[in-house]
Amino acid sequence: MAKGVWIVAEQRDGALRKVSFELASTARKLADQLGEEVGAVLCGAGIEALAAELGKYGVDKVFVADSPALEPYTTDAHATAVAKAVKENDPSILLVGASAQGKDLSAALVGKLATGMATDCTDVKIADGKLLAVRPMYAGKCFGEVVVTGTPQMASLRPNVFTIVESAKAAAIVKFDAGLGEPKTKVLEVQKEAAGKIDVAEANVIVSGGRGVKGPEGFGILEELAAVLGAAVGASRAAVDAGWRAQIDQVGQTGKVVSPNLYIACGISGAIQHLAGMSSSKYIVAVNKDAEAPIFARADYGVVDDLFKVVPAFTGEVKKLLA
Amino acid sequence: MNIVVCVKQVPDTEAQIKVKGDGSGIEEGGIKWVMNPYDEYGVEEALRLKEKFGGEVTVVCVGPARTMETIRTALAMGADKGIQIDDPALYNADAYATATALAAAVKSAPYDIIFCGQRAIDDDSGQVGSILAELLGIPSVTFATKLEIDGQKVKAVRPIEGAQLVIETSLPCVITATKGLNEPRYASLPGIMKAKKKPVDMKTAAALGVAAESKSKVAKFTPPPARPPGKIICADDTPEGKAAELAKLLREEAKVI
Ligand SMILES: Cc1cc2nc3c(=O)[nH]c(=O)nc-3n(C[C@@H](O)[C@H](O)[C@H](O)COP(=O)(O)OP(=O)(O)OC[C@H]3O[C@@H](n4cnc5c(N)ncnc54)[C@H](O)[C@@H]3O)c2cc1C
Ligand SMILES: Cc1cc2nc3c(=O)[nH]c(=O)nc-3n(C[C@H](O)[C@H](O)[C@H](O)COP(=O)(O)OP(=O)(O)OC[C@H]3O[C@@H](n4cnc5c(N)ncnc54)[C@H](O)[C@@H]3O)c2cc1C
Repeated sequence: MAKGVWIVAEQRDGALRKVSFELASTARKLADQLGEEVGAVLCGAGIEALAAELGKYGVDKVFVADSPALEPYTTDAHATAVAKAVKENDPSILLVGASAQGKDLSAALVGKLATGMATDCTDVKIADGKLLAVRPMYAGKCFGEVVVTGTPQMASLRPNVFTIVESAKAAAIVKFDAGLGEPKTKVLEVQKEAAGKIDVAEANVIVSGGRGVKGPEGFGILEELAAVLGAAVGASRAAVDAGWRAQIDQVGQTGKVVSPNLYIACGISGAIQHLAGMSSSKYIVAVNKDAEAPIFARADYGVVDDLFKVVPAFTGEVKKLLA
Repeated sequence: MNIVVCVKQVPDTEAQIKVKGDGSGIEEGGIKWVMNPYDEYGVEEALRLKEKFGGEVTVVCVGPARTMETIRTALAMGADKGIQIDDPALYNADAYATATALAAAVKSAPYDIIFCGQRAIDDDSGQVGSILAELLGIPSVTFATKLEIDGQKVKAVRPIEGAQLVIETSLPCVITATKGLNEPRYASLPGIMKAKKKPVDMKTAAALGVAAESKSKVAKFTPPPARPPGKIICADDTPEGKAAELAKLLREEAKVI
């Protein structure tokens, strides 16, 4: 019988990603309900020292595959390694982050393990001893409660949604051989974004602009606000398609799905395809001069006014508060 | 070059989605069906490869009779032939079962490259392309925003948080397409006329020899949780007054700054 709640810990450049702690904390909660252990698979090169850090968030056992072939991440090598550890140890549940890397890895694992997965979940629980995963479907227009009948029961968790809880465990380390063959893919180059730029998919706060920002220069006042808040700057598709912002900053159905603590939409009407990308944000603020704009139906706080006046004044107020 | 594109038919992005009273699914009445937007990027890229290297573009779709329209759309854009896998056994298939059917159909003819969308905008699971690659035992690159092919070599760009990766692999492979890869063309009128005469092969799961065994199911559909009504900030009705009030509320009430 499959036993144990597992996670795939995500690391990049030798540091664990925040989503790994979200996964560990969530797995701990599920495992306690089942009376089972939490296992984590950690792959990379020279990363063994990170295992102890996972213990802090409730992991009992860390399965480490340490090999130069596992750095940087490739689908092929990591999916092979994780699948091997899973097949050898037979956990009942496997949680992966719905980050860029996690989405890629988890889908390949579904294929390798011939199982099912609930993607990009916003809640997971145990019901009748089984995993019940809740996930937005149809761009958040409805939710599905998913049961996985394959083994392990896989779910990918939306980053920034699950709470991090510390619960010290002395994580035992189990090294395993990843069993890698000839690599099928390799990373030729990593083109990093400008230093200091925060990716919308990982930001706690996002200041986002749309057609109402009127041009690339208009984004200047959003950049200023973002700098004060330590926020990322996002954009609607209208702003991206007009060439004012880069594709990687687009939020929505054909852009990124984000869940920051605070999403400030400036000059964005709130089209259904935009809402698809940001409606799981904890707090939504809308600044729009049209009181009828649909974004106000989703906003926690709405300001009906000219963004070119409100945003700079708001930046000034925030500066005062944070001073 | 033998190019395959997996296309899914999905509700139009504007569609109102209503959950059935018993939570068993969504109401399909009144929905306008379209090609999954990410699959349009796949079809376009396939057509560009064909224009460059020659060859044939086959579109494959799993779904009921109505999906013929989506197959015809791809044919009208310029694809050469279609395969429709219509089998009631697959109507509630999950990503794994869908990929199993697609793999069986793809394997029935030679292939060099397979395009899928990065995800289908209805079920949003983003799994089929990667599973398909695993079932065929070939590499995959997901979320491709740029693709170059030189002989057997494939170079693709895919974004991750804070960086773009340039990935190299080789044919045959699966590429999942995302926005940025290209600008999909519209079907021309002559294209639409020609599409009517292009061949579409009809298959069932049984004919493909697949068991249609799902590994997951949506036990219940629910409407999204209601969001409490928001506050419209009036303050003293000047932009400055509203800005000050907003800052105060975010600090003291929401505690997010
Ligand atoms: C009434 C109803 C009930 C359903 N119940 C379930 C359920 O219980 N469990 C469940 O997991 N799913 C269910 N599904 C969805 C299932 O049929 C999906 O097609 C399957 O899960 C694939 O996932 P996806 O569409 O999210 O594909 P993704 O993995 O998001 O799609 C990525 C890409 O794969 C290709 N692709 C995906 N599907 C097809 C297809 N049908 N034909 C050709 N190419 C395709 C496309 O290129 C697409 O862009 C249900 C659907 C309906 C309409
Ligand atoms: C298949 C498909 C996928 C899509 N995917 C996405 C997606 O991923 N993301 C996305 O965002 N969109 C997406 N869209 C597009 C979407 O439908 C909308 O067209 C888009 O979101 C509109 O962008 P906007 O709100 O910036 O512009 P508009 O709708 O034009 O809104 C601009 C707003 O700015 C306000 N405004 C103007 N001037 C000012 C001012 N001085 N001060 C304050 N407010 C002002 C106006 O009142 C208006 O509400 C998609 C569409 C389709 C069909």
